[in-house]
Amino acid sequence: MSITPLTPTAEAVVSLRRARSRHWTSIVVILSVLIVATFLASLMVGQTFYSFDTVVRVIAGEQVPGASFTVGRLRLPRAVMALAVGLSFGLGGVTFQTMLRNPLASPDIIGISSGASAAAVFAIITLGLGTTGVSIFAIVAGLAVALLIYLLAYKNGAAGIRLILVGIGISSMLTALINWELTRASQWDLQEALRWLAGSLNGANWESVIPVLIALVILAPLLLGQSKNLSITQLGDDTAEALGVRVSRTRLLVIVTAVGLIAFATAAAGPVAFVAFLSGPIAARLIGPGSSLLIPAGLVGALLVLVADLIGQFALGTRYPVGVITGVLGAPYLIYLIIRINRSGGSL
Amino acid sequence: MTTDHSLAAEGLHLSYGDADIISGLSLALPSGDITGIVGANACGKSTLLKSMSRLLTPRAGQVVLDGRQVHAMPAKQLARILGLLPQTPIAPEGITVADLVGRGRHPHQGAFSRWSAADDLAVAEALDTTGTAELADRPVDELSGGQRQRVWIAMALAQQTDILLLDEPTTFLDVNHQVEVLDLLTELNQRSGVTIVMVLHDLNLAARYCDRLVMLSGGTIHAQGTPAEVLTEDNVHHVFGLENRIIEDPVSGQPLMLPIGRHRTLG
Amino acid sequence: MTATSTAVSTAARLRRSTRVRFLWMLTALALVVVLMIASTMIGSRNVGLEDVWAAYGGSATGFDQAAVAKRIPRTLLAVCVGAALGVSGAVMQGVTRNPLADPGILGVNTGASLAVVIGIAFFGLSSAEGYIWFAIAGAAVTAVFVYAIGSLGRQGATPLKLALAGAATAAALSSFISAVVLPRGDISDLARDWQIGGVGGVTMDSVLLIVPFLIGGFFVSVWCGPGLNALALGDELAAGLGQHVGLTRALSAAGAVVLCGAATAVAGPIGFLGLVIPHACRLLIGLDHRWLLPFSAVTGAGLLTASDILGRIVARPAELDVGILTALIGAPFFIAIVRRQKVRSL
Repeated sequence: MSITPLTPTAEAVVSLRRARSRHWTSIVVILSVLIVATFLASLMVGQTFYSFDTVVRVIAGEQVPGASFTVGRLRLPRAVMALAVGLSFGLGGVTFQTMLRNPLASPDIIGISSGASAAAVFAIITLGLGTTGVSIFAIVAGLAVALLIYLLAYKNGAAGIRLILVGIGISSMLTALINWELTRASQWDLQEALRWLAGSLNGANWESVIPVLIALVILAPLLLGQSKNLSITQLGDDTAEALGVRVSRTRLLVIVTAVGLIAFATAAAGPVAFVAFLSGPIAARLIGPGSSLLIPAGLVGALLVLVADLIGQFALGTRYPVGVITGVLGAPYLIYLIIRINRSGGSL
Repeated sequence: MTTDHSLAAEGLHLSYGDADIISGLSLALPSGDITGIVGANACGKSTLLKSMSRLLTPRAGQVVLDGRQVHAMPAKQLARILGLLPQTPIAPEGITVADLVGRGRHPHQGAFSRWSAADDLAVAEALDTTGTAELADRPVDELSGGQRQRVWIAMALAQQTDILLLDEPTTFLDVNHQVEVLDLLTELNQRSGVTIVMVLHDLNLAARYCDRLVMLSGGTIHAQGTPAEVLTEDNVHHVFGLENRIIEDPVSGQPLMLPIGRHRTLG
Repeated sequence: MTATSTAVSTAARLRRSTRVRFLWMLTALALVVVLMIASTMIGSRNVGLEDVWAAYGGSATGFDQAAVAKRIPRTLLAVCVGAALGVSGAVMQGVTRNPLADPGILGVNTGASLAVVIGIAFFGLSSAEGYIWFAIAGAAVTAVFVYAIGSLGRQGATPLKLALAGAATAAALSSFISAVVLPRGDISDLARDWQIGGVGGVTMDSVLLIVPFLIGGFFVSVWCGPGLNALALGDELAAGLGQHVGLTRALSAAGAVVLCGAATAVAGPIGFLGLVIPHACRLLIGLDHRWLLPFSAVTGAGLLTASDILGRIVARPAELDVGILTALIGAPFFIAIVRRQKVRSL
C-alpha cells in the first residue's frame, strides 16, 4: 500500500495540508521573534537606558554596577511577568472561546475573571492583606466561581450557551459586590484596588512571578494535550462524541486548566483587560481557520501585554497601568469584532 | 471489505429529564443492510439513534455491539467501528472542506501523534467517493446545502467505520439533493458493505431506499421488516392518524403512500 | 355547542381574567403604600407612626420627625426609580422580544455611567441636574448601539447575541471609565459614589428633577402597549396586523431609554430590577402589555422601596446601597430564567 502512487485527490490533500502547516510555523516564528525583541526592549528602556550588551550581561548573571539592580531586580521580573501573564491569558482565553464556540465567550466577559477580582478587592480593602494573601484569595475564588458557573449551567450536560449566560449573570453580581467593597474603601485602599482592578504590572518582583511561571509550566502542557479534542468539539457535541471525544470530560479538564492559568495570572497582575479576549481572534486572523490556535494565541497574548506595558510606562505623559492601555486599545477592536461576528453568525 | 458486526438494543429505556422518550425497546440491526427509522415527530427516532452511538446513556437496558456494551467501550475504539452524523453538525467558521473531512480521522489518532499517510489517503478517498474532491480547498460556509451535506458524509466516511448512523440526512435539502444523498449512501452500502441506519422523514423515500424499516410510535416499535411489511395502510393510520392509500411505486416496485385528507379527493 | 355560544363563554372567561388583574393591581398598590410608610419609619433610628403622620403633614419637630422628613425624599425617589426601571425593563423585553433584556445586562447602565464620568471629569459636573442629560444621552447611545450590533446577522437579536453584545460593550465602556478615572485621584470618590447606585442622601430637588422625564417616558411607553402586543408576534405578523413596526419600536425604545437614563442619573446604575419585575408580573397578570406596563411600574416601585428598606436593616447602622442589593437578588433570578429556557431558543 505504501508503494501505490497517490491519486490526484490525495496529492491535493497533502499539498493543502503542508501549505497550512508551513503558514502556521511561519506565523509562530514571527510572533516569537517579535516577543523576544519587545522583551529585550523593555529591559533596555527606562529612566536610564542600558545597551543591549549590558542587558545580555546581566541576564547571563554578570554583576554590572547599577544595571544589575535596575535590570535584574526591577525590569527583568516585570518583563517576565508580562510574558507569563500574557501567555496565560492568551491560552486561557482562546480555550474558552474554542470550547464554547463563541469568540465573545472569553473568561473576562463570562465572569471567570470577576471571581478572582472580587476576592482580591475584598482581600485588599476588608482584610488589608499584602500581595501573597491577595494572590491566594484570588486564585481560590477564581476557581470556586468558575466551578459555581459550571454547576449552575449544568442541566442534562453543560450547554455552552447556558454557561455563557450564567457567567454573565454571576459576573454582574460580582461587579455589584466589588462596587460595594469599593464604597467602604479608604482613599488609599481605593486607589490601590482600582489600580489592581485595571490590571497592573507595578510591583512585579520575583516572588510574585514564580507562582505564575509554575502554573504555566504545569498547566500549559496539559492544555496543549487536549488541543486535538478541543478542536473536535467545535463540530458540535454530538459529532464530537461520535468521533470518540468524551465531550463532558474534555470540557471539565479544559475548564479547570484554563481557569487555573487565568486565576494565577489574575492574582499576580489583576484582570488585564481584554488580553484573554483579543488574543484568540487576533491569532485566528493571522493563522486562518482550521489550525490549532492555542500556541499562537498564547504568543499574541504575551506580545500584547509586553507592548501595552511599554506604551503605558513610557509613551504617554502619565504612567498608566497596562490594563488601561490594553482596555483602551482593545475596546474598539472588541466592538469591531462583535459586529463582524454577529453579522456572519459564526465562531472564531 | 467490512467485517460483520452485530448491533442491537436490548430493553432500552431512554428519557430526557423526567420525560420518558423510549420505553422498553429491543431492536436488532442486521449487518450490511440499510435500515430506515420512521415515525411521527417526537416519537423518539433521533433519541434512539443517539443512544445507539453512546451519546445518551439509557436509564435501563443496553446497546450491544459485537457482544460488548456500547456505553462501556472506550470512546475512540467505538468511534472506529460506528460513526454518527447528527442532524445539525456545526462547521467552524471558515474551515475548508479538506480540513473538515480530516477531522473525521480523530479516532485513528493519538493526542500528540502526527498526521500519517493513511490519514491523507482516507481523506482523499472520502472526497472522491462523495464527489467533493474539487471543493477540497473551499470554505464549507460557502457551499450549497447539498454540497455541504456531501461534505459531512465525507467526514463520516473518513472515519472509516463499518456502521454509519445518520439523523435525517436529507432535511433542508431540495428534492434533487435528497435523492443524490440517498443514492450516495446506497452506493456506499453496495460497494463497501457499510451498514447504514438512518432516521428519515419522508416515508416514500424511506421505502424506496431502505432494505428494512423500523416504525416507531410512542417510544416503542410499532412495526419492523421490509418496506412492504411495514408501510401498510393500517400502520400509517395507527402511527400518524392519517387516512391513506398504499399503491405500488411504479418506479421502484416498493410501496408508495398517498395521504387522504378531508378535501380534494375523488368521489 | 354553536359558534356564538362558544364566543359568549370565551368572552365571559376573558372578563373574569380582567377582574383578576384588577385585584392584583389593587393589591400591589396597597403594598406600595405600606412599604412607603415603612420606609419612612425604619432606619438607624426607628420612628413611630404618629411622628410619620406628623412629618408628612410638614411638621419637623424633634429628632424623630426630622428623621422622617429626611426619609421622605428617598422614599419617593425609590418609588419613582423603581417604577421607571420596571417599565423600562418590560418595554425593552417587549421591543427586543428577548427575555433577558434589562438595562444592566444590555450595558445601558454602563453607557450612562461613562457619560456621567466624562461629565464629571471634563465638564466639571457635580450635581444631578448636570448628570441627567449626560446619563440619558449615554443610555440612549448605548442602547441603540447594543441593539444594533446584537441584531446583526441572520437570526436577529437572539437572547445570547444581545446579552453578549451588552456584556462586551459594558466591558469596553468600563475600560474607558477606568482610563478616565484612574489618572484623576481627585474625582475617583465622586465617580465611585455615583457608580454604586443608591437613593440615600437625596433631596426633594433631585426627585422633582426627574419627575417630568419619568411621566413623559411612562406615557410614551404605555401608549405603545398595544403596539408591543402586536410586536410580540414577530415583525412580519405585526406588520400584517397593520402595526407600524419601525415606528412602534423606535417610540417605545425611546420611552424606555428616557426612563432608565433619568432613573440612572439620580440613583446611579441599578441592575436587574428591570429584568426581574416584568418576568414576575407576566406570571401574575399575563402577557398583555396594556396591563403589564402599569403593573411593572407598581411592582417595580414596591421592590425598590423594599430593597432600600432591607439595605438599611441588614447593615445597620450603616446602609447597603440598593443597587448592590438588587444585583444580589436579581442575579440568581437571571440564572433561573436562563436555566428554564430551552437551549435552542437561546
